[in-house]
Amino acid sequence: MKLNLPKLLLGLTCLLIAIWLVAPTLVVIPMSFAGQKSLAFPPKGFSLQWYENFFTNPQWFGSLIVSAKVACMVAVVATVVGTMAAIGIERMKGRAGGLIRAVLITPMIVPGVVLAVGIYAVYLDTQLVGTWIGYVLAHTLLAIPFVVIAVGANLAVFDARLEIAAASLGASRLSTFFSVTLPLILPGILSGALFAFVTSFDEVIVSLFITSPQLKTLPVQIFSSMTRDADPTVAAVGSLIFLGTSVIIGLGLIFGMKGRRT
Amino acid sequence: MPNTSAQHAARGPLYLTLPALAVLLLVMAVPLGVIVLRSFSEPELGLANYVWFFQTKVNLTVLLRTFSISFWVTVCCVLAAYPYAFAMSVAGPRLRLALIMCVLVPFWVSGVVRTLAWVILLQDSGVINRTLLSLGFDKVRLIRTQLGVTIGMTQVLLPFMIMPLYAVMRSIDLRLLQAARSLGAHPVKTFFQIYLPLSLPGVFAGATIVFILALGFYITPLLLGGPQSTMLSTLIQQQVLSLLNWGRGGAMGVVLLVATFGILAIASPFMKRKYQMSGGSR
Repeated sequence: MKLNLPKLLLGLTCLLIAIWLVAPTLVVIPMSFAGQKSLAFPPKGFSLQWYENFFTNPQWFGSLIVSAKVACMVAVVATVVGTMAAIGIERMKGRAGGLIRAVLITPMIVPGVVLAVGIYAVYLDTQLVGTWIGYVLAHTLLAIPFVVIAVGANLAVFDARLEIAAASLGASRLSTFFSVTLPLILPGILSGALFAFVTSFDEVIVSLFITSPQLKTLPVQIFSSMTRDADPTVAAVGSLIFLGTSVIIGLGLIFGMKGRRT
Repeated sequence: MPNTSAQHAARGPLYLTLPALAVLLLVMAVPLGVIVLRSFSEPELGLANYVWFFQTKVNLTVLLRTFSISFWVTVCCVLAAYPYAFAMSVAGPRLRLALIMCVLVPFWVSGVVRTLAWVILLQDSGVINRTLLSLGFDKVRLIRTQLGVTIGMTQVLLPFMIMPLYAVMRSIDLRLLQAARSLGAHPVKTFFQIYLPLSLPGVFAGATIVFILALGFYITPLLLGGPQSTMLSTLIQQQVLSLLNWGRGGAMGVVLLVATFGILAIASPFMKRKYQMSGGSR
């Protein structure tokens, strides 16, 4: 009994912390089926009108399309640029690699609003406010650290002798890369691309500054709806994002396990 | 020919990093440079904006509050993350997966939506207050207070504390504790003399990350807080977007930047040394 009491306390503490972590995420789901336009919890009545509003209101659905397009472009650009950088860093000798890696990770640390104000200033002068290029450039900056970290972690366990072996057997640099290096670091690249997509899809601070009424991303739309009135459509969006992520992660877990078994 | 190819091989890695560095230069270095420049040059050349910042009482109050909220959020994160990360490091594989999932679930919905959930929970007629009332307690004002901001920010930042802490705790050899116990040490003493010092690098790494991120928080204090819980980021946004005062907003931004990187510079050599130690024992 003397041994079990600390264990019980630890378990109880962790349960409470787990609830604290998860519960706020789940509160959104019942809210999305609310019968009336209010954010009181628990919601009264039942309706699907907020989901209907999301899919039929061009303000909402349009911003989803914008966000999805921007995030896809960012995933491609940041993954290519970030993977190249990670490979370069891994091959560098001496301190230069570590230094460049540290520099490339700084966008994660710079306070969001300071960066946003600076980008806004530059975009005003270059007419990039509210443009596709503007969003993609800014989000790519924020996504590069995640790609560099993900691909770098994969390269760290990659056996460079395999490349030398391929080269010594007569493979060109390019074919060595595509047939030996790329397949082996593909998991890192894919998770980097996923992180880049999510970073862009979720980014709100910089987007709030460089947004325009014509070209608005989903987080900006959510934010402005929240500051304007109590619209449960926000809860419907949150639930849909939760559902989407759960499906992707669930599929990833299933395929990951299958891949390991075979 | 072999000479040029060798040169190419030596420069190759640098060329590979150039596109990423170009993005950083264009979208981060230049914008931050513009901010620094404007803080010294608008409306006229000099230190006027900084003098104004450090002589205005509201600014100093907000600066101090930003630090104090970040401090309390960090303390709360350490206190909550320590037992949780410990449980993760000693749990069986299934329980560990469940615990990791609970840490990751908050990332599955967008950050703004998560803040909405806190608005719902913390509002005056919200679940927490009604539970308190039904238990016979008094209502607590949570929304638009520092307490509410702290609760929301701690939940958002907790994963950044748990993960580095878990990484360090996993590498601690639990046989050291058994050895101490078998030599007759009291469990409490074993914890304070052996386990806690070994886990400190994780606490330090996590606390640094949480504190730095908390300093720059914008969305959560804006939506959960009120005038009495404004943080520095909100003030910067007001100066630039509402008052169109780029000089003063820029000076505030520079203060926040210097604070962030100053703390990082102080903490990072410390962290590295400690990390190598924990790496060595693995």
